[in-house]
Amino acid sequence: MDQIQPMNIIVCIKQVPDAKDVRLDPKTNTMAREGVESIMNPFDRHALEEGVRLKELYGGTVTALSMGPPQAEAVLRDAVSCGADEAVLVSDRAFAGADTWATTYTLAKAIQVNGPFDLIICGKQAIDGDTAQVGPGLGKRLDIPYVSYIRKITGFADGVLAMHRLMDDGYDEVEMPLPGLITVVKEINEPRIPSLKGKMKAKKLSIKTLSAEDIGADPASIGLPGSTTQVVKVFAPEFKGERAMLEGSVEEQVEQLLNKIEPYL
Amino acid sequence: MLRIDKEACIGCGVCEEVCTFGAIAVVDGVAEVNEQCTLCGSCVDSCEADALSIETAAKSVQADLHRWSGIMVYAEYRHGRVAPVSFELLGIGRKLADQQKVPLSAVLLGFGMGDAAAELVSYGADTVFQVDDPALEHFTDEIYGNILEDIIQEQKPEVVLAGATAIGRSFIPLVATALATGLTADCTRLEIRAEDGVLLQTRPAFGGNIMATIECSATRPQMATVRPRVMKAAAPDQARKGEIINYRPAAERLQSRVRVLGSVLEEQDQVNITEGDIIVAGGRGLDNEKGFGLIKELAASLDGAVGASRAAVDSAWIAYPHQVGQTGKTVNPKLYIACGISGAIQHVVGMQSSETIVAINKDPNAPIFDVATYGIVGDLFEVVPKLTERIRERKGQ
Repeated sequence: MDQIQPMNIIVCIKQVPDAKDVRLDPKTNTMAREGVESIMNPFDRHALEEGVRLKELYGGTVTALSMGPPQAEAVLRDAVSCGADEAVLVSDRAFAGADTWATTYTLAKAIQVNGPFDLIICGKQAIDGDTAQVGPGLGKRLDIPYVSYIRKITGFADGVLAMHRLMDDGYDEVEMPLPGLITVVKEINEPRIPSLKGKMKAKKLSIKTLSAEDIGADPASIGLPGSTTQVVKVFAPEFKGERAMLEGSVEEQVEQLLNKIEPYL
Repeated sequence: MLRIDKEACIGCGVCEEVCTFGAIAVVDGVAEVNEQCTLCGSCVDSCEADALSIETAAKSVQADLHRWSGIMVYAEYRHGRVAPVSFELLGIGRKLADQQKVPLSAVLLGFGMGDAAAELVSYGADTVFQVDDPALEHFTDEIYGNILEDIIQEQKPEVVLAGATAIGRSFIPLVATALATGLTADCTRLEIRAEDGVLLQTRPAFGGNIMATIECSATRPQMATVRPRVMKAAAPDQARKGEIINYRPAAERLQSRVRVLGSVLEEQDQVNITEGDIIVAGGRGLDNEKGFGLIKELAASLDGAVGASRAAVDSAWIAYPHQVGQTGKTVNPKLYIACGISGAIQHVVGMQSSETIVAINKDPNAPIFDVATYGIVGDLFEVVPKLTERIRERKGQ
């Protein structure tokens, strides 16, 4: 008979600028940040929702964990208002400039310090970097099994999670023993909006903050010094359209276009 | 940490202006930095008083850097065929290998793969390391990752490339983590800097609004996943000679904690839009589902596929498999006709490498015209049906 096993779940959450509003001024090469809001990474919202649903089904706890500047507290409170029980902010000036390699090191250290867990859930990627590398890298760092791009959890029994993993041509049916890590895609669920009770709780909750020292991080492995990749240039995308505008009446425009695209007909 | 020399600072405020993160501000005539700083270095370059610097412990460079040589490509194989991105990787890989005067190898993992390895040779591989084993019938991050890690450790290539697919983007981070080296995701341009052999990896970020060039200078291999349909495959040459090596992984490396029970193939909605020569795409300007019908008719007259902007898909005028752009598919047909698509960057990044781009839009200032080869400012509901009619006439349909 299946045993109900409570699950201790960690959901990794990143605070990101709302990417659709971010522009680079091609002249000054700086980011126009006017009016760009900081939000919870949308994929992480689905990760959180899945964690909360699993907790509701099987019991246990959901801890929202974020690495970021002190302001990232806002997304953790947001997470608590949507059902997370605890929140941990991993924050230190020394973490600045971290690439995915230094980020997974830092998150792994923080998770080990935080205590035992059964499942880690991440969004498939963050909308600022779009790398999708932190979930898998974190799985490897912690030496636990992981599966990316989960779009459905179909069952949980005897410590094994059954899931559908999205592929380019369909999906795979997979089973993973816990402890383990998954990254989720948007199709997995419809995130709830914060409840009043959740909001009250979020307001009062004291957020546990962990510094580089608290997690016992090696200074050479975190932030910019700990990063294996460096951004050497940032620029606005360039377009090389010839922009030949076809003028005249509709008939004339269509005739000109027909002649231009003749080779493809 | 960002160091500010308070003596040297003249309080001019240039750093405050160039900082993209709002991390620096001039307070009482001296620059101050806050927690938002990501150490990007923009302010350091901008400071005319040389008051800013980034303190870094001297980076330890991997001791045997110079011993890593050669370009290696992970060739994805699934359900009886080599994924097309593998040939594209061999195309760019060949160029990089020729420039560096080093060999190009491919790693091919799967089960019952027939002569797929020979196909990789015909597309440019000098050597193929192949593992054809029942344990590789289904993709698992652990087994695929273990084997690729072991082959890389043995062969020591300077560069490793893989497709930015649902498979590549999942297990390549495991390999890079195991090898303690850098990995850049979803690259759209790759070059090797001649002076020092460093791979310059360019990729879009922030949903395509920003391009970033990234390097991994202190560790090897330099690893990148590459977006499908961006690089060009070479024409296959059956006469090309190459070596095919059957690599034998250790038994314990063929163990996975994750178990795959089976694969379910989902029927692609009509044609796969990434494989056609002509795409006609529609956006918000079509107003409604009926309007979108004009796009389908034009596409049919051209024997082309139907594409769509995110706005059209979100409005449910057409299904998601037709979506072109950052969150949809990347396409590069010979002819791309964008109708009623404003040209938001998220769309443009998915189609800008098309050979010829035609834009039809009523707004002369729509950014789509910036990527267009030919542009028509006009009413879609007049232009598109007229164009369809004239194409049919010309083709004698």
